[in-house]
Amino acid sequence: MSIPITLIEQGQIWSFPGGIHPPERKQLSNTTPIATLPLADQFYVPLRQHAGEPGELLVRVGDHVLKGQAVSAPGLNNALPVHAPTSGTVIAIEPRPIAHPSGLPDTVVVIRADGLDQALQPQPYSLNSDRAQLIEALRQAGIAGLGGAGFPTAQKLALLRPLQYLIINGVECEPYISADDRLMREYADEILRGTEILMHISGAAKALIALEDNKPDAIDAFKRVLPKYPAMSLRVVPTKYPSGGEKQLIQLLTGRQVPSRGLPIDIGLLMHNVGTAYAVQQAIDHGLPLTQRVVTVTGENVSKPGNYWVPLGTPVAHVLGHTGFKPETAQKVIMGGPMMGFTLATLQVPVVKITNCLLVPGTKELSPPADEMPCIRCGACADVCPAQLLPQQLQWLAKANDYDGLNQQNLFDCIECGACAYVCPSEIPLVHYYRKAKAEIREIAREKSKSEIARERFEARKQRLEREKQERLERHRLAAEARQQAQQQAVEQGAPNPNDAVQAAIARAKARKAAQAAAAEQAAAAEPQDDNS
Amino acid sequence: MSFKIAASPHAHQRRTTQQVMRWVYVALIPGLLVQSYFFGFGVWLQMLLALVTAWVSEAACMALRGRSVSHAWQDHTAVVTALLLAISIPSLAPWWIIVIGTAFSVIVVKHVYGGVGQNLFNPAMAGYVLLLISFPVQMTAWPVPQQLALYSIGLQDTVQLIFNGFSAAGYNLEQLRMGIDGVTMATPLDSLRTDLSQALTVSEATNKAMFSSALGGIGWAWLNLAFLLGGLVLIKVRVISWHIPGGMLLGLLIPALVMSWFYPDQSVGPLLHALSGATMLGAFFIATDPVTAATSNRGRLYFGLLIGLLVFIIRTWGGYPDAVAFAVLLANMVVPVIDKYTQPIAYGHGGKL
Repeated sequence: MSIPITLIEQGQIWSFPGGIHPPERKQLSNTTPIATLPLADQFYVPLRQHAGEPGELLVRVGDHVLKGQAVSAPGLNNALPVHAPTSGTVIAIEPRPIAHPSGLPDTVVVIRADGLDQALQPQPYSLNSDRAQLIEALRQAGIAGLGGAGFPTAQKLALLRPLQYLIINGVECEPYISADDRLMREYADEILRGTEILMHISGAAKALIALEDNKPDAIDAFKRVLPKYPAMSLRVVPTKYPSGGEKQLIQLLTGRQVPSRGLPIDIGLLMHNVGTAYAVQQAIDHGLPLTQRVVTVTGENVSKPGNYWVPLGTPVAHVLGHTGFKPETAQKVIMGGPMMGFTLATLQVPVVKITNCLLVPGTKELSPPADEMPCIRCGACADVCPAQLLPQQLQWLAKANDYDGLNQQNLFDCIECGACAYVCPSEIPLVHYYRKAKAEIREIAREKSKSEIARERFEARKQRLEREKQERLERHRLAAEARQQAQQQAVEQGAPNPNDAVQAAIARAKARKAAQAAAAEQAAAAEPQDDNS
Repeated sequence: MSFKIAASPHAHQRRTTQQVMRWVYVALIPGLLVQSYFFGFGVWLQMLLALVTAWVSEAACMALRGRSVSHAWQDHTAVVTALLLAISIPSLAPWWIIVIGTAFSVIVVKHVYGGVGQNLFNPAMAGYVLLLISFPVQMTAWPVPQQLALYSIGLQDTVQLIFNGFSAAGYNLEQLRMGIDGVTMATPLDSLRTDLSQALTVSEATNKAMFSSALGGIGWAWLNLAFLLGGLVLIKVRVISWHIPGGMLLGLLIPALVMSWFYPDQSVGPLLHALSGATMLGAFFIATDPVTAATSNRGRLYFGLLIGLLVFIIRTWGGYPDAVAFAVLLANMVVPVIDKYTQPIAYGHGGKL
């Protein structure tokens, strides 16, 4: 399983099993440069836009904030700060719908823009600062993985382990999305500079920049600036979904597999998205926190599809409103791509750090799935599964709530790419079943650990009570002994023995009984005379 | 306004079960044409009877189970079962043969086990075995290829034979199965088995009119080639993968090759095995039933090899001239074991690349 590093150096591209070729439809949005939209009037800045806990709130209702000012502070458990996307006034801090598949509300800082877009004085860093300082700078800048997972970048960099390669992921394999494509075409130099910073922080000596071969312009853009960065090399992988998945890309570039439930760093690799590399460069070289990102707006129901710099917190309604959105009945608004994106119930949801795409397809373009039919075990799903799982077995087991079976079939190695559901001729929403089963298994594990804690507590209490009882008995025993001893000593020293008093009392009682008995006898002796009369 | 909520993925490849089934029908056409050319129109009538029986049985089962009848008709799986069974039985078998067989396949083998996707055994083959064991005379009475037949059988004769048992001229099936040499004709495999068991050599046994074609038995060889063609189409359009048919043919032909190497006079050669009986129909259309086959591609290869080997064993040493139905059912039983030991190693679990 050990792959000689020379092969990786030579630029060999391995392959991964399965995968699909859905219609790419990237031309819809990737032909025009990244544009900007008019500033929205109100911004909804959720405290949680990344994988981790929300940061601690720093502002109050009524506060005036500047663009780039932190409204929450970093903290424990991967808490990242969020920043004001523009200058204005905090008018509310309340639960509002956020960008999450559940549609459940979360704490959102509502900022009314003053239209001046005044920014905080930025504080650039130099690479001479020590590693911890730079990581802290990235944490303060609120940078999370912009590829979709939203894992805090600083957290990823904080793990200090020997690294062979830093991989910069510009694959963007999901259909429709072209945000990374445009960013690479227009900001190749900044991305590579960001890569250099990431290499400096992580200690990786080499970096691989990976793209799919369907992005020739981005490849050219990199080729133009790569000579400046000798430690980096370009890797072009064939277009196939999901080549951009972290595990799949690692397999493509190095022939290695990330161990199940492990991290890329376990095999000497670290991966960041091109958007993240750009954000890192902005944060270190220009001192700019993450307050905007490139969002692909696409689908047949917008008249101006393309890529836009969108301030984080901009309501989706505002973005679609300025791009000519014409909803139809049963319109789907998808945040993310057609394979892994989730639908929004309301357009009041804001654009956040993980929002790479807003897709508003026509119903003919991405028609709703037909009725679910029974599985005929055709095996098309297993043929396309990049994780080498058996999706149909997982489906039977998930429907039967056979959690042990699901673990045996490695449900948790499923990356939810959706390739299986894409090809299923019976249109079974496979990924949906897996997500549900995963949630249930996690819930059971939580319940189990809760009841385990409860059991431990109960056991501990029982032990404590028993211990306390023994201690009490011991105390009583000692006290009794001490009393007896004290008595003994007292008697020896001439005090009246309490035992004598008892003996005396018994003697008195006996004497009294005897006297009573004698009196009764006398009375009995007198009585018969009366009978005779 | 509120927007539609749906689970990802939102894109789907538009290839439904019906489309898959439609390809199966198309792929059956060459075989059907050849079969009706050599063995008469009977096969079409049998298919019609089978279809009607299958639809009625399916509808009755779905109604009894309280499910939507139209839903079950949509998936076409009963149609495929009916067609395969109709193709497998002798073309001039009496009408009640196909009706009993199809009803058993659909009602007992499929719906009693829980309907589409739940059955353990290949419905068509379980129906075939039921018929073969219960009605051996009718089930082995294959009509003579028309080139070899003493009497030719027209459309009206076909209908009357199937429904009455007598042709328009009053002949029964036994009389009509007389060959040009005046002997009731067996199928090539049947004839070979009988002759070899009587210590004839293969060259003696194949020195008959029915083997006068270069490839094998007259009619049967072409029939197998036609099913092979249809099967290759199915592989080409990716309705089936090569693993099961490839495995089955290898499992049959390799032992046949070895045997004919060592006992050239007493064993049936690989070519004759490949182009006789239900070899190609079985390999490409029957064994490939996804519901009752192994799950992974490696498992499917083993599943196919097992069927091929069983066909070889039963044809060579067993009591029946052909063996595809038995081999498929036996292999169906082994599927859970195959699945257990051929589960692919998931990503990140230390598999080889």
